[in-house]
Amino acid sequence: MTDINTIESCVRLTAAEIAEKIASGELTAVQVTEAHLARIEAVDEKVHAFLHVDREGALAQARAVDAKRAAGEKLGPLAGVPLALKDIFTTEGVPTTVGSKILEGWLPPYDATLTKRLKDAGVVILGKTNMDEFAMGSSTENSAYGPTGNPWDLTRIPGGSGGGSSASLASYQAPLAIGTDTGGSIRQPAAVTGTVGVKPTYGGVSRYGMVAFSSSLDQGGPCARTVLDAALLHEVIAGHDPLDSTSIDAPVPPVVEAARNGSVAGMRVGVVRQFRGEGYQAGVVQRFDESVELLKELGAEVVELDCPSFDLALAAYYLIAPSECSSNLARFDAMRYGLRVGDDGSHSAEDVTALTREAGFGDEVKRRVMLGTYALSSGYYDAYYGSAQKVRTLITRDFEKSFEQVDVIVSPTTPTTAFPIGERADDPMAMYLADLCTIPTNLAGNAAMSLPCGLAPEDGLPVGLQIIAPAMKDDRLYKVGAAVEAAFVERWGHPLLEEAPSL
Amino acid sequence: MSVVDLVSYEEALATYDPVMGLEVHVELGTKTKMFCGCSTELGAAPNSQTCPTCLGLPGSLPVVNATGVESAVKIGLALNCEIAEWCRFARKNYFYPDMPKNFQTSQYDEPIAYNGYLDVQLADGEIFRVEIERAHMEEDTGKSTHVGGATGRIHGASHSLLDYNRAGIPLIEIVTKPIVGAGGRAPEVAKAYVAELRELIKALQVSEARMEMGQMRCDVNLSLRPHGREKFGTRSETKNVNSLRSVERAVRFEVQRHAAVLNSGGTIVQETRHFHEEDGSTTSGRVKEEAEDYRYFPEPDLVPVAPSRQWVEELRAALPELPRVRRNRLREEWGLSEHDMQSILNAGAIGAIVATIDAGAPADQARKWWMGELARHANESATPLEELPITPEQVARVAELVAAGDLNDKLARQVIEGVLAGEGGPDAVVEQRGLKVVSDEGALGAAVDEAIASNAAIADKIRGGKVAAAGALVGAVMKATRGQADAARVRELILEKLGVG
Repeated sequence: MTDINTIESCVRLTAAEIAEKIASGELTAVQVTEAHLARIEAVDEKVHAFLHVDREGALAQARAVDAKRAAGEKLGPLAGVPLALKDIFTTEGVPTTVGSKILEGWLPPYDATLTKRLKDAGVVILGKTNMDEFAMGSSTENSAYGPTGNPWDLTRIPGGSGGGSSASLASYQAPLAIGTDTGGSIRQPAAVTGTVGVKPTYGGVSRYGMVAFSSSLDQGGPCARTVLDAALLHEVIAGHDPLDSTSIDAPVPPVVEAARNGSVAGMRVGVVRQFRGEGYQAGVVQRFDESVELLKELGAEVVELDCPSFDLALAAYYLIAPSECSSNLARFDAMRYGLRVGDDGSHSAEDVTALTREAGFGDEVKRRVMLGTYALSSGYYDAYYGSAQKVRTLITRDFEKSFEQVDVIVSPTTPTTAFPIGERADDPMAMYLADLCTIPTNLAGNAAMSLPCGLAPEDGLPVGLQIIAPAMKDDRLYKVGAAVEAAFVERWGHPLLEEAPSL
Repeated sequence: MSVVDLVSYEEALATYDPVMGLEVHVELGTKTKMFCGCSTELGAAPNSQTCPTCLGLPGSLPVVNATGVESAVKIGLALNCEIAEWCRFARKNYFYPDMPKNFQTSQYDEPIAYNGYLDVQLADGEIFRVEIERAHMEEDTGKSTHVGGATGRIHGASHSLLDYNRAGIPLIEIVTKPIVGAGGRAPEVAKAYVAELRELIKALQVSEARMEMGQMRCDVNLSLRPHGREKFGTRSETKNVNSLRSVERAVRFEVQRHAAVLNSGGTIVQETRHFHEEDGSTTSGRVKEEAEDYRYFPEPDLVPVAPSRQWVEELRAALPELPRVRRNRLREEWGLSEHDMQSILNAGAIGAIVATIDAGAPADQARKWWMGELARHANESATPLEELPITPEQVARVAELVAAGDLNDKLARQVIEGVLAGEGGPDAVVEQRGLKVVSDEGALGAAVDEAIASNAAIADKIRGGKVAAAGALVGAVMKATRGQADAARVRELILEKLGVG
């Protein structure tokens, strides 16, 4: 499959279509993988979505799928479909950097549970995608390996921390990707690249082998170009894992079924008063309001909600996440793996640890480690970490109260469209505001999705619609998401991503 | 050792009351580590029993060992503690290369067991109640070996070796409330407490609690306050005091040192001190200029532990008899003095003796062999009594052979020697070494006749009524039979043949 037209058409297929064509024998997994590897070769120099392309590993996995099919074995629903894996999940023998210099060159001796599930399902892992260092950021500019461009406009950010994953989807380098969402790192990149991203219920997808940033908030999840593809991926990666104590021991919600039966008829949809106002771009608000109108047209009842605690979410988040990160990142001490600086016989072990952390961590990571160390210090713990946990309880209660009145909540995913690379790099507060609408969900541990709802008129860039569902009701996201997606595609005449410039 | 001023122990007590706090770490004998599936077996090649979790590799996560929790609850119950209905693990954050994650997964303000006590019995039978503050679960660190320095400490070392086999082994830390009112008996109370705790842990079968193997480690906190003063003085924390004798000596030394400092108008520095086995002294370690800030917070990677009341009650009902109660019961059953029982306890022989009795031996015989011949062997070979290569069943068999007259004491000792030397069970040793008592009346009769014939003068004395002289003839017969005759029977025969029976 070297024909450029064949490559072009193959990489534009959805994951569901690819799986079907492989199952029917119309395409082989190796052909599909080669097409995507060729696409990566052609465009990733410009996009920089990947930190590492595992050409050999991907082809070996594709060959195994083809051999399985040839042997008449039953293939899983995503067998042979390529995927871009965020560089935060460990992959045995394949570099895993978390976007940090401190893990440069580290080859993990084990697969994350999610990695293992992907492999078991016959999903072909093309490589590891770029991200803000340790998933701390909203633009992927904090990667130690350089920024990623937004395929809609390469001078703009693709969101973060999972900017590599979102950009790989939007530039047709992969039909599926994995992200992780601590404060919005799946949804915000999906929003600004016109793709779909889901943060499952906390505990829905195993964290074993996912390098920790903030343990009580981190959650891996599916990224795709369509709601159905996200659901298919969700089903592969979700489910109880005995190696993760916080993993939920209950059946995975029926997400694929929901995605195939999109509908909002008779549903009550909440709109939260606190998710608008100052800082929200006019075009974002406009597309969001149109989405709410669309939901009404589709038969949903819209209910206005008041969640006063949400105004405190950002502040609480920036105490809890840094606190946990200050402890989680303590293990990077140059003793056992990763970068080691100053080990020249003249420095003590303590010196080497300090020199390595100084050289190996970027500014944002250091900022958060220091914030967290301070917030946990005796004498400050109650005022900072303790108060933040109380806010977390209030937010959970506001959600509980809301979900007594509505089935799902909708909001803009992020207050603005993709901003230019460099614009907020020196202004952490401005950067943090990108996650204003996504953070409450992480603090409460429930489920949320972002999907495209149009282009902002003033800049022609994608706007994301966020759907939030109660914990373990992830299927509602897909039911609503599929209905909205179908209605928009009908209105636009094509998927939104087709309006992106060709690279 | 640096020269430290001491006052005599008696002089110290004339002015001050000691206040102690004892922190004991017990390594649980679970098959796997506290938060991963790695083996806890001792003695394996360095770093061979590790995995991503206990090495703290990026992405790894802990899962709680259910047996570890069960052991903690058992210990808590045996220490008369309340068992938390809901508690969490917490992270204790500090950097050290032997701690893979640079935080220790421990418990902080929500220990699984709290507010209990342990009654300990002193040598004279007096019971002293030691109050327990808490018992909590945590994980052990790896082991650092500092190479190239003179002292084995990190200071002066050229490099250090790290073995993470121990990292993640479950520990229970048991902390007493301040122990007050022991007065001059403080060192004895400290030792008795640690000894009693060790017996308790062993009885619960949650750990072998072998101090020499580091399975049980003790930190001794001590302060003095002048008689009549309520407020505690500044304490020193003597770390890793790892034998019962050392616990006693460390307390005594610190009492004398504190008193000397206070008497000379000085102030005690709150510091960590190292204990020296060679001379029983302590030296200054790290001065705690400011309280260390471990930035404890609830461990977000683990879910809370909530032992159901029903389960706790099941465990309570299944607790074994407390060692002290058992000892007192056995002491009465055996009719021993406090002192004799204490010797048996000190020798670590109670279990073996009970097992030997259970195997059919009379109590006095079981005690005699374990506290005599076997204790001597254990001592000489520096082996714990219960690890000698002889079973209680074998000892009982020896006692049985003696009772049946097949062996005399001297032969029995040889049989035991043979068993310990790996020659097989008692019967096999008797067989192979030919140690049976000569009970063939014909052979014995001939030996007696010969002894009488060659000792005519003594035989005459006996005939004349000096029965006591028979001893010499018995000796001659025993010599001729190489000790394999039953001396009592020989004596009978001699007297019979000389007509004085």
